[in-house]
Amino acid sequence: MAKMNMLHAINSALDITMAEHPQACIFGEDVGYFGGVFRATSGLQEKYGKHRVFNTPLTEQGILGFANGLAAFGAPALAEIQFADYIFPAFDQIVNESAKFRYRSGNEFNVGNLTIRTPYGGGIAGGLYHSQSPEAYFAHTPGLKVIVPRNPYQAKGLLRAAIKDDNPVLFFEPKRLYRASIGEVPEEDYTIELGKAEVVQQGTDVTLLAWGAQMEIIEDAAKQASEQGISCEVIDLRSILPWDVEAIAKSVTKTGRLIVSHEAPITNGFGAEIAATIGQECFLHLESPIMRVCGLDTPYPLALEKEYVPDALKVLAAIKQSMDF
Amino acid sequence: MSNPNNVSLNINHKLEFIDGNALTIPTLSILTEDGEIHTGATAPDISKHTAIKLYETMRFIRLLDERMQGAQRQGRISFYMQCLGEEAAVTASAAALDQNDMIMAQYREQAALHYRGFTLDQFMNQMFSNELDLGKGRQMPIHYGSKALNYMTISSPLGTQIPQATGYAYGQKIKHIDAKTGELASTIDNITICYFGEGAASEGDFHAGVNMAAVHQAPVIFFARNNGYAISTPADEQFKGDGIASRGVGYGIKTIRVDGTDALAVYAATKKAREIAVSTGEPILIESIAYRLGAHSTSDDPSGYRSKDEEANHQVCPIDKFRKWLIKQDWLNEADDVKAKESIREEILAALKRAEVVAKPALEELISDVYDTPIPSLQRQYEQLKAHIKLHPDAYPVTAGRIK
Repeated sequence: MAKMNMLHAINSALDITMAEHPQACIFGEDVGYFGGVFRATSGLQEKYGKHRVFNTPLTEQGILGFANGLAAFGAPALAEIQFADYIFPAFDQIVNESAKFRYRSGNEFNVGNLTIRTPYGGGIAGGLYHSQSPEAYFAHTPGLKVIVPRNPYQAKGLLRAAIKDDNPVLFFEPKRLYRASIGEVPEEDYTIELGKAEVVQQGTDVTLLAWGAQMEIIEDAAKQASEQGISCEVIDLRSILPWDVEAIAKSVTKTGRLIVSHEAPITNGFGAEIAATIGQECFLHLESPIMRVCGLDTPYPLALEKEYVPDALKVLAAIKQSMDF
Repeated sequence: MSNPNNVSLNINHKLEFIDGNALTIPTLSILTEDGEIHTGATAPDISKHTAIKLYETMRFIRLLDERMQGAQRQGRISFYMQCLGEEAAVTASAAALDQNDMIMAQYREQAALHYRGFTLDQFMNQMFSNELDLGKGRQMPIHYGSKALNYMTISSPLGTQIPQATGYAYGQKIKHIDAKTGELASTIDNITICYFGEGAASEGDFHAGVNMAAVHQAPVIFFARNNGYAISTPADEQFKGDGIASRGVGYGIKTIRVDGTDALAVYAATKKAREIAVSTGEPILIESIAYRLGAHSTSDDPSGYRSKDEEANHQVCPIDKFRKWLIKQDWLNEADDVKAKESIREEILAALKRAEVVAKPALEELISDVYDTPIPSLQRQYEQLKAHIKLHPDAYPVTAGRIK
């Protein structure tokens, strides 16, 4: 085991992949010699050469179009979109092409070798265009898998699983935690199964559910709630699509209460899907309505970021409201 | 070029603009309308076998297009697209390739697929969305694809295959990398050809794909079929400058324009382009100039946007042109040709009748291939649907009797 931050863990997962498959390619804006604006690909061009780790022109649709073709050929395509905010020019290539390749061709062709990495989320004073959490757009598209790690250990294990998975996977990396989150990470290869949630803390009164950077917030809220005698079960969804309905339903059956928290705007956010599904699965076990603590339905702001974000205090208020219902 | 701007700094002290139409590109033409070789032109080295196969493919596709247009009018299939007027452009370019080169087509390139060996029954099964369709009945008619024949399954969104072709071709190149040194081999064995219309060249994907191929030297032949119309929009409302070819030069790649009604010119240009791509890894752009003799699709009516006079002025039949040359070569006999057409028509009708009565795909194909294996939510939805259909079999006659 070694101490790694999230960027080191991601770099390690990519390094293992590059060594494993001679045709694997890493590409995106500035990922070559520079190692990406966050340095997630540092040192890989020196190690694997400029034909396999390279800068692309500034064209997100080009990066994903190229990635779809390379993956269809059979080479592991490790595409980076520099910020999740800039994934939208590639939306058509992801939603109409990556997601539908296998289905529309009757499995004559597929892009299972495609993995798209992109930093997402706020907390870095990035304003409208360096802070968005667009996971719900992609979770609405059959054919994609959508994954969000919360710490370095998960980042490496889930990224390796995403790369090995025989489906196109979007891997959203919480950029606020890139350097802030440090933990023990095995240097050797390992994977964490996709599609499974993790119960981070057992509890009996209320289930708190989040993913990625928002996990820190709900863990903080759970701690404050416990000081007031409320026992929270804290769950990290980890995999947005497919998502672990069974684990969440099991927890809510036990606690009778559910609060989902995400940074993205509340309307049509992935919390809406969770609330609807768990509402149906656990209707007779619920002690209070399922609540959501999310971003407002505004673009992600700059100066008033603290007011906008679903912070621990807002989650704590929701916990109390749920308990008092 | 050694400066950071990647330009040749040819300093000029006069205020001058280069005109947007300054670049004019010649059109390679080898065959005359009478099937003769133009004075000064050289016929490409093409074997009798290849020439006959090329001709037979064009002839077959013309007859298939005619029949399926009719089948759509009769309501037997929902949609069709002909390649009327562009048979030579598509077939001769495909004939100049290796069978293992990848074809990424737009939608009007059925001749390239047939040249590779896609059978009449395979065409019909796709168009009738039956259980024998390789695409499992999921896409509209004409969205063919075949892994065995290296023909990427067609997708409806325009232009998306262009950057994909660059990525695929890059894979064909990276396959030859030396894992130890990281160096690429000097030649490669296969390349990709990417077909698209002049309208698709307006999409961002075109710029993205061609630019990336140029920068990263992907061995792809971009084959622009400039047929004058994108549905109802004429080319002069689609772009300025000298056709699509001038864009290839702008992106810094080797470019040629050919007469798309001239099978020999298309064959010669594509053959040479392939040689360059295989030996250097470079991308090439070929612009084929033809005229879309038919409608865009069966949902379109060109009489609403172009005149009979215009259509009459462009009635060049690429198949006739090539036939005349073959007859002059003594490689084709006219009487045999007429007889063959009759029997092909009969075969097409028989295949149509066969495909029409084949069962639709089974219910389980509704959820297969979304992922490599159905995810739990999808499996649950499927179980619910199955239970529902079992309760109401009369409402779902196509699948009810076959649920496992």
